[in-house]
Amino acid sequence: MSYLLTCPNCGKREVTDFAYGGEVVPRPKSKPSERELNTYNYFRRNVAGVQREWWNHRSGCRAWFLAERDTTTNEVKWVGLPADRDSRDGEAGATAHGAQGPGAQGIGGAGSGGVTA
Amino acid sequence: MLDIFRKRRMWRKTQELKDHYDVVIIGGGSHGLATAYYLARDHGVTDVCILEKSYIGSGAAGRNTTILRSNYKTPEGARFYDASVKLYEGLSAELNFNLLFSQEGHLTLAHTDRAMFVMTERAEVNRLQGIDSKVIGPDEVARLAPAMSLEPDAVHPVMGALYHPPGGIIRHDAVVWGLARGADRGGAEIHPYREVAGIERDNGRATGVTLADGRRIGAGHVVSATAGWSSTIAGMAGLELPITTHILQAMVTEPLKPLLDIVIVSSQMHVYISQTDRGEFLIGAEIEPWTTYRQQGTLNFIQEASRHTLELFPQLERARILRSWAGLCDISPDYSPILGETEVDGFSVSAGWGTYGFKAAPIVGRTMAELVATGKTPELIQPFALERFYRDRLVSELGAAAVSH
Repeated sequence: MSYLLTCPNCGKREVTDFAYGGEVVPRPKSKPSERELNTYNYFRRNVAGVQREWWNHRSGCRAWFLAERDTTTNEVKWVGLPADRDSRDGEAGATAHGAQGPGAQGIGGAGSGGVTA
Repeated sequence: MLDIFRKRRMWRKTQELKDHYDVVIIGGGSHGLATAYYLARDHGVTDVCILEKSYIGSGAAGRNTTILRSNYKTPEGARFYDASVKLYEGLSAELNFNLLFSQEGHLTLAHTDRAMFVMTERAEVNRLQGIDSKVIGPDEVARLAPAMSLEPDAVHPVMGALYHPPGGIIRHDAVVWGLARGADRGGAEIHPYREVAGIERDNGRATGVTLADGRRIGAGHVVSATAGWSSTIAGMAGLELPITTHILQAMVTEPLKPLLDIVIVSSQMHVYISQTDRGEFLIGAEIEPWTTYRQQGTLNFIQEASRHTLELFPQLERARILRSWAGLCDISPDYSPILGETEVDGFSVSAGWGTYGFKAAPIVGRTMAELVATGKTPELIQPFALERFYRDRLVSELGAAAVSH
């Protein structure tokens, strides 16, 4: 165990219970240029600080949910289901995820998240 | 004789920082120091400053598992790492400093038919590049690693291995110290405990850096060689990178009598094992899937790595773990590095090193030095330009880089 994460459905669990889905990235526009699409696929802000990210409760309810975690301490500041996002954005405009558009639906980093051989 | 009592310095005392250098290198690890060393050796560029936020070699250069090899899966990768191993072979003599390089050989175990196919493909790619690499059966594995368990009814039975004789282990701290001394003697200035807080730009060109204490240093060229912190440094230059930062962990047992004189890797069991010159079993595993900048290990790693190590070496059952640690890895989407110029003129990066940066240090130094000094990207590193991600031209090393030290 290295830190705890709270599933919005199931409650507090070890982080090994969950699959990491990568930082939330804004979706490209409907007809993206090659560069815009590749930026969406590969490039990440990878912030040292608070990051909004996708998690899946793999060994529990299997729901996808959002968390805001400080990557320098692994302290989880907030968790919520995707439906909670708008109210969270309303109350915490100052948190560090300004690049995220209101329609962001990406399921994490293609190829950049869970890494095994 | 009295000379042995004299306190000798490996390199000069830290000088006063100047206001401008031809080249400012961010990161005092193996890549940054090697770049400074080859800038002086090959190109006579000596107005060079290395800025390190902690002590030199405090990041990945001092935390890796010291393994060198070149049996990669792509021709681009195999060529590149082969050039690195060849430079390492001559580096002790060149630096006049014993780097304790033991080319004891490197075994990547295969536990399934599928893994045997991948090993065979790698061996063929390697041989076409002139690299000594071949697939061997369990009998030869037993001959090379007699202490290892080859029980046929094991959870992961050993069906064969990719054998890479030039691979081995080297003393990682010695590489840092040797390169630092070489860079210092070449004229470069090493400035530990100087943290970069910003990169100055003018008209799309990097013109210098600002330090955490506010001080400004002008530069003709800025090179970032900061591994896990590459995204942060590139962000200062207004660049986003295709990188995520993860911890990779390792541990050592207490020193034991000589038992193993070859590097053992199992991708499927997520473990790699070697025995150091001091007798410690040095054990590494895979990265944690979530990103983090906190260099703290996990109990999960110790449990899993111990379990898999004991499957291969049951005789270590009573060996105690001496220490474990974590380092930061800058993982790129294709497990190949990101090396060379960026869209910000005068700002080059050595990044995307994931779990394999240490084995590339000398060739990175030599090619980055050539790039900085001549303005031309050497052919060897052209496939690794950042630009490949804008155009989706990946160099996938997934089959030979992840967990395959």
